[in-house]
Amino acid sequence: MTIYSAIKGYGHYLPERVLDNHYFEKIVDTNDEWIRSRTGIVTRHFTAEGETASTMAVEAAKKALANANMSADDIDLILVGTVTGDMRYPSTATLVHKALGISKPIPSMDLQAACAGFVYATSIADSFIKAGVYKNVLVVGVENLSKFTDMQDRNTCVLFGDGAGAVVVSASEEPGILGFHLAADGNFSHLIEFPADGSKTPTTEETVKQRLHYTTMEGQETYKQAVKDMTSAAQIVLGKLDMTVDDVTWLVPHQANIRIIKSVATRLKIAIDKVYTNVDRIGNTSAASIPIALSELNGDNKIKKGDIIVLSALGSGLTWGALVFKQI
Amino acid sequence: MERNEIFNKVVELAVDKLSAEKAEIKEETNFIEDLNADSLDVVDFVMALEGEFDMEIPEDDVEKIKTVKDAVDYIVNK
Repeated sequence: MTIYSAIKGYGHYLPERVLDNHYFEKIVDTNDEWIRSRTGIVTRHFTAEGETASTMAVEAAKKALANANMSADDIDLILVGTVTGDMRYPSTATLVHKALGISKPIPSMDLQAACAGFVYATSIADSFIKAGVYKNVLVVGVENLSKFTDMQDRNTCVLFGDGAGAVVVSASEEPGILGFHLAADGNFSHLIEFPADGSKTPTTEETVKQRLHYTTMEGQETYKQAVKDMTSAAQIVLGKLDMTVDDVTWLVPHQANIRIIKSVATRLKIAIDKVYTNVDRIGNTSAASIPIALSELNGDNKIKKGDIIVLSALGSGLTWGALVFKQI
Repeated sequence: MERNEIFNKVVELAVDKLSAEKAEIKEETNFIEDLNADSLDVVDFVMALEGEFDMEIPEDDVEKIKTVKDAVDYIVNK
């Protein structure tokens, strides 16, 4: 019998602290109208003292497990998409393993594909399951970007938020995850960077003074690539499945910027009311954005059995990809 | 393609992507200063040019395309 995979449960966590655009008017030269018109962002959530990537990941994971009617011990692989883990190592996935109180030493790893991290991780979960290696995979996308954002840089500080989303991907007799397309092009690696704290530029007093421990981004070129590649990835995977946008119930794109989302929707010729957006409330939460969006849709009973959902994302690398699944 | 034909296409795309009125667009019209385009509007417009004229406009060249004339000249010279 052919083994398929399907998404069985959804959960997400957003920190309680909410910042509106006026907060940033006090710290950099910007204003609410500028932020709204350029990005569509109105509010975002930031972690409080003591909250980290792993604490948020665990909250989202618990909800996803409950939603799937599973216990943590049912899981046999943990994949965490993040670029803002608790520590350089050990992986945030191992911290999640510990915090969930899982008794078995199941494999747990982080996956670094920036904003495409959840699409990458879910594709890997699907592949492991189809290969018969694992049966129940916990996939988390989590980011604590507020701690890695330069609050003196008006171009980036308004963009990012914190949060976590999780799904349980399980073996299924019916096909849930139908296909994916993953891609990367390192020729665009300079577009979104975290310059210091790696083996290229280790942390020194100087790197701290030069403010190299924050995300840098070339906004215009990233925008262009995001529109192109998020569109083409979705088209490629739909094409492989012999489907069109008419078959799609929801497009859940990475929530970076409302204008990227609208431009992708226009190019895909998909009705805007089929496109889920929460970037206005949550900002860009990188790898967490798609699973948070899915969990919100599920929580609002907007995902029904048989629905076809397309995910598409692009992030630092550049990495990008799209995945299509059917709700089982 | 004739220069005039390219000009008309560029105007068409400016109307579509930059919400400009056709009548107000002239050779010297500056996208940012005259049409109130922001940096992302310009990127959208450049992507539309790439699609229409089947060409890649590298990042460095985008900065040189400030007016309708710049866009038309760029396409003519490619």
